[in-house]
Amino acid sequence: MGEASAITRPGAASEADAPHSLALRLGPDRPLAMEAGVNLAPLTIAYQTYGALNAAKSNAILVCHALTGDQHVASRHPVTGRDGWWETMVGPGRPLDTDRFFVICANVVGGCMGTTGPASVNPATGEPYGLDFPVVTVGDMVRAQAMLIDSLGIDALFCVAGGSMGGMQVLQWAALYPKRVFSALPIATAARHSSQNIAFHEVGRQAIMADPDWRGGRYLAEGARPAKGLAVARMAAHITYLSDSALHRRFGRNLQDRVARTFSFDADFQVESYLRHQGSIFVERFDPNSYLYMTRAMDYFDLAADYGGALVNAFLGSRTRFCVVSFTSDWLFPTSDSRALVRALNAGGASVSFVEIETDRGHDAFLLDVPELFATTRGFIDAAARARGIS
Amino acid sequence: MEGSRAMSSQASAPRVDLVVVAEMVEPGSRVLDVGCGDGELLNLLRDARAVDGRGIELSQSGVNQCVAKGLSVIQGDADTDLVDYPDDSFDYVILSQTLQATRRPRVVLEHMLRIGKRAIVSVPNFGHWRVRAQLAFTGRMPVTQSLSYSWYDTPNIHFCTIADFVALARDIGATIDKSVALDRHGNPLQVALPTWAWNLLGEQAVFLLHRKR
Repeated sequence: MGEASAITRPGAASEADAPHSLALRLGPDRPLAMEAGVNLAPLTIAYQTYGALNAAKSNAILVCHALTGDQHVASRHPVTGRDGWWETMVGPGRPLDTDRFFVICANVVGGCMGTTGPASVNPATGEPYGLDFPVVTVGDMVRAQAMLIDSLGIDALFCVAGGSMGGMQVLQWAALYPKRVFSALPIATAARHSSQNIAFHEVGRQAIMADPDWRGGRYLAEGARPAKGLAVARMAAHITYLSDSALHRRFGRNLQDRVARTFSFDADFQVESYLRHQGSIFVERFDPNSYLYMTRAMDYFDLAADYGGALVNAFLGSRTRFCVVSFTSDWLFPTSDSRALVRALNAGGASVSFVEIETDRGHDAFLLDVPELFATTRGFIDAAARARGIS
Repeated sequence: MEGSRAMSSQASAPRVDLVVVAEMVEPGSRVLDVGCGDGELLNLLRDARAVDGRGIELSQSGVNQCVAKGLSVIQGDADTDLVDYPDDSFDYVILSQTLQATRRPRVVLEHMLRIGKRAIVSVPNFGHWRVRAQLAFTGRMPVTQSLSYSWYDTPNIHFCTIADFVALARDIGATIDKSVALDRHGNPLQVALPTWAWNLLGEQAVFLLHRKR
């Protein structure tokens, strides 16, 4: 792939239509039937693979990405140039060992890194979809992934793994396609989005929509960009990914490049400077409308509601081996969410393990260098591989 | 729940007391091991009795060792988490060397009998003659090879004797179907003795019980 040769628009906007990754292009004959009642076609699914599929096609692992993640799980990000977002977990010798397993990760429907989403061009108008794009659900994401897995000729996945919104997809996979999921690794996630989490997401969406450059969602067509609104959304969200003690340990009340308070609204404190930086680098790589759609998909996620109000019904008779992981300091997806999930899995007679990992690094711990996470997942994956007969 | 089980799991041959427990389990049944430590008993039950086994373990390291063995184990606490399990969801609920470390042994035992069609409980015997002798002659809280903690840092907060356990089972309306007293090496005492004698000579005992329905 030529370096940035296809870029016609800055940053992420170009990736939406010309991704630097593999892409499955499905024509009008193979639409995605979305929960919003729309048949989405044509549909592009941008994805990356690592490692090799074995002859029996039994060693495929699907990694599902989180809210602002993408398919570049273990390779350089084409926009930021940074390492893949889960290289701690995916790669040669890692728990999801690419020397043994064929790892697939696809950008979700509604994303902005090459899979069809609000930043993609709507063939009906020749302009980016914007808010004409149908509202996406986690179920839509998973059904699109299943189309990709079908196209790769893979019947059953050895494992579906992911954290946060990725974990929601893992649960949706296990509920929708129990026979296609040999093992499931939902990390730092929940079977439904909490009221508090919906509230935080609404703050983020309002920040984007309050930016005059959002232009009612038509900023791409009008050559504008609500960068300030998206940055504020990211700043607010970023706080929820950390913990009080992690923030305090890292920044305390330290001042940024100054010896005294300035009696202004400049970024006096290191934590302010850090958040502003997080906001500014995020807008380089993410589409503001896509952020609206991703947060909405999480808000709408309530697996029990799809199964008569009882989560146990989503997993009744499941043969999938589950390993549920939570983190002590994660207040966005607290351990109580994971325990509710584990209770339902248990009540349904599923095979489930559960570990709560001690860390002060908050929700983001699933992306970080947390040795206990690696030990747990490595043990789970290796044991499942033995059971599946993968060498 | 990090009781004595985790301390002596180095040997390759399964511990005799675990074999005694395993022999009480019908092959192919569904088993919940409460306080399963590093998974030694669950592993034994899976390999030797082909059970569908699940575990609860308090310590993260124990859970990780179990998960690495391919066992389905949940990090949790017998005192708080048994309430989440439906009635009669297992054929056997096992509590090995853990009852004395729970905050509410009676409630734990009642939950076990509710969740499982049968319960298997092994307890260290505080009525063993060596324990009695230590208290009687030194006037100090007993510290023995199998009960190796000082009184101030022991996780074993609810010791009982064999006779005490038999009384508790009667109080909650459970029927003891089988009981085996074990010597200090975990070998069953082969001779038939009355309970008071077992209460003197058994270092620990294993009970198979069910609740009256």
